[in-house]
Amino acid sequence: MIGRLIEGVPRRALILLGLLLVAALLAPLVASDYLLTVLILIFYFAYVGQAWNIMMGFAGQLSLGHALYVGLGAYSAAALFVHFGIGPWIGLLVAVPVAALAGAFIGYLAFRFRVGGVYFAILTIAVAEFARVGFDHLNWTGASAGLFLPVKQYAHNNLWLLRGHPVMFYYLLLVATVLAFIGCRMLLQSRIGYFWLAIREDEEAARSVGIDTFRYKMVAVVISASMTAFAGVVFAFYYNNLFPEQVFNIAQSIEIILGPIVGGIGTLFGPILGAFVLTGLAETLTAALAAIGVDIPGAKQVFYGLCLLLVILALPDGVWPWVSRRLGLGGDGK
Amino acid sequence: MLPLSVYLNVAVGGVLTGLVYGLMALGLSVIFGVVRVVNFAHGEMMTIAMYIAIVLFSAFHLDPLVMLVPIAAVMFVFGYLLQISVINPFITRPEHSQFLLLVGVGLIISNVLLIIFGPDSQNVQVAYAFDSFQFGPLIVDATKLYACIAAILVAAALFAFFQYTQVGTAIRACADNHTGALVVGLDVKRLYALTFGLGAACVGAAGTMLLLIFDVTPAVGPAYTLLAFVIVITGGLGSMPGALLGGVLIGFTEATAGLLFSPSAKSMFSFAILVLVLLFRPQGIMGKRAA
Repeated sequence: MIGRLIEGVPRRALILLGLLLVAALLAPLVASDYLLTVLILIFYFAYVGQAWNIMMGFAGQLSLGHALYVGLGAYSAAALFVHFGIGPWIGLLVAVPVAALAGAFIGYLAFRFRVGGVYFAILTIAVAEFARVGFDHLNWTGASAGLFLPVKQYAHNNLWLLRGHPVMFYYLLLVATVLAFIGCRMLLQSRIGYFWLAIREDEEAARSVGIDTFRYKMVAVVISASMTAFAGVVFAFYYNNLFPEQVFNIAQSIEIILGPIVGGIGTLFGPILGAFVLTGLAETLTAALAAIGVDIPGAKQVFYGLCLLLVILALPDGVWPWVSRRLGLGGDGK
Repeated sequence: MLPLSVYLNVAVGGVLTGLVYGLMALGLSVIFGVVRVVNFAHGEMMTIAMYIAIVLFSAFHLDPLVMLVPIAAVMFVFGYLLQISVINPFITRPEHSQFLLLVGVGLIISNVLLIIFGPDSQNVQVAYAFDSFQFGPLIVDATKLYACIAAILVAAALFAFFQYTQVGTAIRACADNHTGALVVGLDVKRLYALTFGLGAACVGAAGTMLLLIFDVTPAVGPAYTLLAFVIVITGGLGSMPGALLGGVLIGFTEATAGLLFSPSAKSMFSFAILVLVLLFRPQGIMGKRAA
């Protein structure tokens, strides 16, 4: 199976990938607490970006409401923990189906009625916004005042209950990102991956050669939503507080998709690189503005927006295909 | 139980505000219908107009209603320049690419406004802010009535432009058949820029009038962008009467839902309407779509 996974991947790419993985594994040994929180954020966005990429990059369905799945995952697991003391891994058994159902609901409605393109994108925003306002009024989960997980000092990291030091969350998200990366590679090499690409390139043509496009688009939404729900659970137990205004916000959805778009849509390494580039950029801007003594709220976002414009103008296919060519790794893929 | 007249007043207020929303959405609809670019910075563009109106009012005591046309003209120039400089290279790019571009533009606009004006909400206190007209049991706020009349006038001017002028006809030709328009020698690039300018002028006019009704903060843009989307898709993307009708419907729904349930839950109802429309009439109430 491993043979098939690395089939056709240049040797240089494998070596680079190995070095990156080693660097990522060793990073907490040298990183300061601050840098560690930045790295956690990066792998969070790398993982969610990978999940989003399945829908948009592979199957060509533009979702602008992935905050919905983050929020549903986060709230399901957190509410079970707060109200019944049920741990996050058991909570996943609820969180993932809930998000998958929501994804299936949106997919079923949209794909059955052939709602596509911009209309589909707006539908995903609308459902996410509906959930945001809904959770704002749902007293069981603390409504707009927020849901708080009990925080104590833990002597040991408890992986089972996800209580403990940020390092634990770092490795958890790193493993999740690696697994998502491998999983996506396997999906792309499978029959279903080829069906997705066919749908993305030309849905009519895909249908005419007998691909059940409805079914495979549904599969894409459900897988993507389920994966995103896991990120939501980690989000809840890492931050220990949840506000509908924050987790379901459209800004959250936009942040999720910026990484893969900047990194390179439809590529496997794009979401990871995009998360590094964008989070790195944001932190660099913060540091640079602090260094020159600029303390104006909004200044950072203006530069961030300008950088986004520059990237999308200069590298319309994303950063990864460009980097990949520079490194002599050839085409797209890994 | 509130007296019936209260419901009636709220509903009429919602319809009047909804017409101004409709003008805002009309700008989005015109841009999408012709240029085929989804303007994700629409609400942010509106906040620019609102802040121009605030500055004019606080510095020179110029009434927003009087400044409607000049502000719309400034926004026209803004939209025109934005289209020829930044957006034009993107008209043939995929949707997610355009989306990222306009999210970037929106981010820059709202944060430049934040740097200049700070995060606090601002409004204009016109002399007639608390005036109202009474029609039998019905009490109508003067600001809403003026804003609504102005919105109707601007929308009517836009309809007339598209229907009766040569440039308007040329723009409609571009919308109907891009290749055909190129073949007959229309300067499509300039017409696209004109259209984007017109869309910006619409949302600028709408913003100037909404300032009579609501406060503004630099962060309010995305909420209005979303509202414009909801309205346009409800009414029918690309249909001009549809945008106004959608605005009225959403304005009415939000006002009555705010009264019957809670004001903070009102947007849930407009999203619910959007979902229903997408399900049962994806082309919108007045929209035409082949697929």
